[in-house]
Amino acid sequence: MASATTLRTEVSQGVPPATLPPSAPGLLGLNRAQGIALLVMIAAVVVCPFFLYPQFLMKLLCFALFACAFNLLIGYVGLLSFGHAAYFGMGSYVAAHAAKVWGLTPEVSILLGGVAGAAFGLVFGWIAIRRAGIYFAMITLALAQMVYFFCLQAPFTHGEDGIQSIPRGKLFGLIDLQADMTLYWFIAALFLAGFLLVQRVIRSPFGQVLTAIRENEPRATSLGYRVDDYKLVAFVLSAGIAGIAGGAKAITVGIATLTDVHWAMSGEVVLMTLLGGLGTLFGPVVGAGLVVGMQTYLAPYGAWVTIIQGVIFVLCVLAFRAGIVGEVARLLRVKL
Amino acid sequence: MLEEFLFQLEMSAPQIVLGLVNGAFYALLSLGLAVIFGMLNVINFAHGAQFMMGAFVAWMLLNWAGIPYWGALILSPLIVGAFGVVLERLMISRLYKLDHLYGLLLTFGLALIIEGLFRNGFGSSGLPYAPPAALSGAPVDLGFMMLPKYRLWVVAAAFVVCIATWLVIEKTRLGAYLRAATENAPLVQAFGVNVPRLVTLTYAAGVALAALAGVLAAPIYSVNPGMGSNFIITVFAVVVIGGMGSILGSVITGFGLGLVEGLTRVVYPEASATVIFVIMAIVLLARPAGLFGRA
Repeated sequence: MASATTLRTEVSQGVPPATLPPSAPGLLGLNRAQGIALLVMIAAVVVCPFFLYPQFLMKLLCFALFACAFNLLIGYVGLLSFGHAAYFGMGSYVAAHAAKVWGLTPEVSILLGGVAGAAFGLVFGWIAIRRAGIYFAMITLALAQMVYFFCLQAPFTHGEDGIQSIPRGKLFGLIDLQADMTLYWFIAALFLAGFLLVQRVIRSPFGQVLTAIRENEPRATSLGYRVDDYKLVAFVLSAGIAGIAGGAKAITVGIATLTDVHWAMSGEVVLMTLLGGLGTLFGPVVGAGLVVGMQTYLAPYGAWVTIIQGVIFVLCVLAFRAGIVGEVARLLRVKL
Repeated sequence: MLEEFLFQLEMSAPQIVLGLVNGAFYALLSLGLAVIFGMLNVINFAHGAQFMMGAFVAWMLLNWAGIPYWGALILSPLIVGAFGVVLERLMISRLYKLDHLYGLLLTFGLALIIEGLFRNGFGSSGLPYAPPAALSGAPVDLGFMMLPKYRLWVVAAAFVVCIATWLVIEKTRLGAYLRAATENAPLVQAFGVNVPRLVTLTYAAGVALAALAGVLAAPIYSVNPGMGSNFIITVFAVVVIGGMGSILGSVITGFGLGLVEGLTRVVYPEASATVIFVIMAIVLLARPAGLFGRA
């Protein structure tokens, strides 16, 4: 167990306990620094589409939501799921199928994607939480690989072709999302809702128990908490939000392919969260922005993107384990 | 009745042999993972990449230096093992005091770098590597089937290497040091054994095993940058099923699961890619520590 402690200290290192504000919860239970960061983030979400491609930003927001869902597990329960592509990808496929074949409205399609993610999360989480630490990571990865092979063969995913030209449809059957900017506001609202949901969960009594499990699992058990139940609920929640992110991505980009369920996708979400800062509220968003930005702008260089991602992994693990937001928080002596 | 059975056997035998060959690679790779994990407490995600490197080094030795298969079988593990020494000294050794998960993340990053570099250098489409002349002749006739010599050799060689590794760890002085250091490193160090060097050599040995598997695999699969990552996730499942506590356990699990995979390809081909993962789920439900693992 001694080893697990190190991750916890690493994660919470960005948060010197002495500098915590004397519990004066402001806006939405956030401290002042977080409140300011939230306002900056909302401002960025509102202003950016006038300067950058809305397509790129929407993709970024979907991945940011995905990373927030992942961070809920690694950052606040201390569970490294190396198979989150399964929930993201299934969400993507199910939303794509619902929108294209069943002709459902985008919000219902995305919701169904979330349900699919949560359902897979329930089964896989139930299996995987029997082991902890390194085994948990390997098991989630292996289960996700099973989903990949399933998607490779299942007829509704159309194998190597994927589900293409997914209609954006009309939001609530009323608002046509064909224009990029209209869709952008929908995705932005979805992202913010998801982000606030995750932060609300972390702030809730439930989230406090999760943190207790991360800090000292035997102690949480001895206090009478059913640790496995808490882990499972957190896992399902995280998988469900990942599914929603996947569904939103499918509607945004218009395709759902095997890339969404591939292990490389699982690795990418780990990278986003690690780079941004494990266990920080805003880290996953920053990390997702950097990784998606890098993929978009370095796309012409092919395999170099993979190499750079690998180098970032190595640098993050060896040199700055608190991630960008974690390091900034440490410098400013605040919690972000 | 008997004739029908023999016919069935004849039809399915190639798939079963293919399963055994895959099983040989599962055994070699999960053995290397188990040896490394036992000593370093690191899950070596770069294992697949190092397997791929083993195959590529064999290809380079043949095409650039004219060194044939048999030379590569010795040289390639040494070269890739030396690369492992560098990795361990420069990077992995910095993580021993941290959570095991960081070792996984670091080696995952290394795997991405190695795979990306080979993709840049050699493209994604695979290079041919011919089996040595001595093993490429007419298939061996086993009565009920024709078995290509090379596949027979792979299964036999992997089996011998696995047993040899087990003997080294269980029956030699070096192996005794190793097992002692796994249990209590500071105490072994106090007895005058250079534990950090032992750790480095263990990592190198595990990596060399992966590279050896890579050389063995080169004539069967095309030598391509993605060949390792396809394998390694399945090997993770094998390791979870077997549990990493026992060397012999991982060998048995490796061969056994390869065989099961081959049989599935006969009975229900659609499930052959997923059967190992399904078995993993079942084993986890019934016996979370794995078949040979200690809780």
